[in-house]
Amino acid sequence: MSDISEETLRAVEGQALRIRRHILRMTHNAQSGHPGGSLSATDLIASLYFHELRIDPARPDWPDRDRFILSKGHACPAQYAALAERGFFPVDELLTFRKLNSRLQGHPELGTTPGVEACAGAEGQGLSVGIGMALAARLQKRNFRVYVIVGDGENDVGETWEAAMAAPNLKLDNLVCLVDRNGIQQEGRTDQIMPLEPLADKWRAFGWHVLEIDGHNVREILQALSAARAVKGKPACLIARTVKGKGVSFMENVVKYHGAATSDEELKRALAELEGSR
Amino acid sequence: MMQLPWKLESQRNYFSQALIESGRKDPRIVVVGADTTESIKTLPFGKEFPDRLFNVGIAEPNMMAIASGLAAAGQIPFACTYSVFGSGHVYNVIRQAVAYPKLNVKIFCSHAGITTGLDGATHQMNEDIALMRGLPNMVVLVPADGPQTAKCVEAAVEWSGPVYCRFSRANFPTLTQPSDPFEIGRATTLRDGADITLIGCGIMVSRCLLAAEELKKAGVSARVINMSTIKPLDAAIVVRAARETGAVVTAEEHSIVHGLGSAVAAVTAEHYPVPVKMVGVNDVFGESGEAEELLEKYGLTAASVAKAADLALKLK
Repeated sequence: MSDISEETLRAVEGQALRIRRHILRMTHNAQSGHPGGSLSATDLIASLYFHELRIDPARPDWPDRDRFILSKGHACPAQYAALAERGFFPVDELLTFRKLNSRLQGHPELGTTPGVEACAGAEGQGLSVGIGMALAARLQKRNFRVYVIVGDGENDVGETWEAAMAAPNLKLDNLVCLVDRNGIQQEGRTDQIMPLEPLADKWRAFGWHVLEIDGHNVREILQALSAARAVKGKPACLIARTVKGKGVSFMENVVKYHGAATSDEELKRALAELEGSR
Repeated sequence: MMQLPWKLESQRNYFSQALIESGRKDPRIVVVGADTTESIKTLPFGKEFPDRLFNVGIAEPNMMAIASGLAAAGQIPFACTYSVFGSGHVYNVIRQAVAYPKLNVKIFCSHAGITTGLDGATHQMNEDIALMRGLPNMVVLVPADGPQTAKCVEAAVEWSGPVYCRFSRANFPTLTQPSDPFEIGRATTLRDGADITLIGCGIMVSRCLLAAEELKKAGVSARVINMSTIKPLDAAIVVRAARETGAVVTAEEHSIVHGLGSAVAAVTAEHYPVPVKMVGVNDVFGESGEAEELLEKYGLTAASVAKAADLALKLK
């Protein structure tokens, strides 16, 4: 397991904070979108875009780039914010999210937003798409890697398990699945709607190299991503325990904020809290 | 069994061979299957290119989204299975992961239509054209015979973007020559006529030709068009037919809801209104039976086409 320097940690954590602020402003400005699941995935997304992924904002079509798919497409405010901060498009553009004629659609659209690699929104398709890309890397003898974030609720979807069965069979050690295990889906707690435990055992039984991590601890995330790179002959699955609405006290673990934006007053409070957490 | 003046051949054999030949020319071509690789005949491709056929088991959503990922990374994937699974079962995967991002996925499905036969209604896909032609960016091809099925493979490889092509489990009369031109979006006139136009796709093209012979005996001169692309429809040939012959019959081995007939009628209604009669599966599910028996029972015959022509002529 590689050592992560303090400098790297601070940089990624700083980006995560910026992303959180963007998420709140974007969803507030649109008065729609999904802040809860965006905030839970933020530290994973920051770790990917600001440390793990081999990408180049100047060459979004670079054939050897790593691929990242946000299968839980509703968390795209976090992805858009990361892409903007990474230089794929101007940060100013973030506030066009969900507006007419914007490049930042309500759910990710391939071909429209620079850096977005797949359409996502209808749940459960992203891991399969990632398998296709990982196979293409093998066919083309390229060494790019493929990362897919799936939502907690996506573990309900049949296709997720079709993909979970296929990837180890295909020995795709260039594929990493990150489960944003925030415990909440649109209508309530996952353990009440469709209990998933023992989730790590399930992924392990399907043939994945499974690591369970704290999805808000950047050091753990970066170390797990590094460990995943060392796995040979099978794909890796990081089950990241997260908190829906992470970073804003009144949003944390509140089902409503799956798909509700903040009021003006709530936005002020939320931004002030984030400021205080620096 | 009706005696036909044509040789009967397997569309799947032509498909299988064309896929291999295309695969030899273009290393980007790969195949994703779902436990039907033997019967749809993609297995020979896998024998020649063991690294380029992926059988993902009975998991069609996975098959289709894997094809999406392969295409996004620069391959030309053929996603191939029976049409009921390859269109209906995975409609939303096609919608979000193929059609919306306009990815270069070629969906080639056999066992389309009622001629699937003995397996019964569960396997007789009579609604796939309806589903696929409703999707933005999608091309919908219905080859009339074996040689055209091979042409569809070649044309799909050349085409940039998603393509859906449906063909049959049953052997179809071979009407065209391998040397005949084929172009996506371009229909062909197989027989000229002045009184009415019969527009068919798939196996019904042969029935239209037979019906035209029958109509000739009654003194009616019928034009016959092979509409092998349902989308983008060759609107020009339809408008010309409407203007020059004044009446149209459509014939398809598919539901009359949102299929070839609907596509043709939309063009005539908007650009040159003439009587249109539709022959197809009449908004019902099929049943087990031999292909020929089912075509007869569900009114997909030359006699049905000729009868529809009589009705359309009366409306002129």
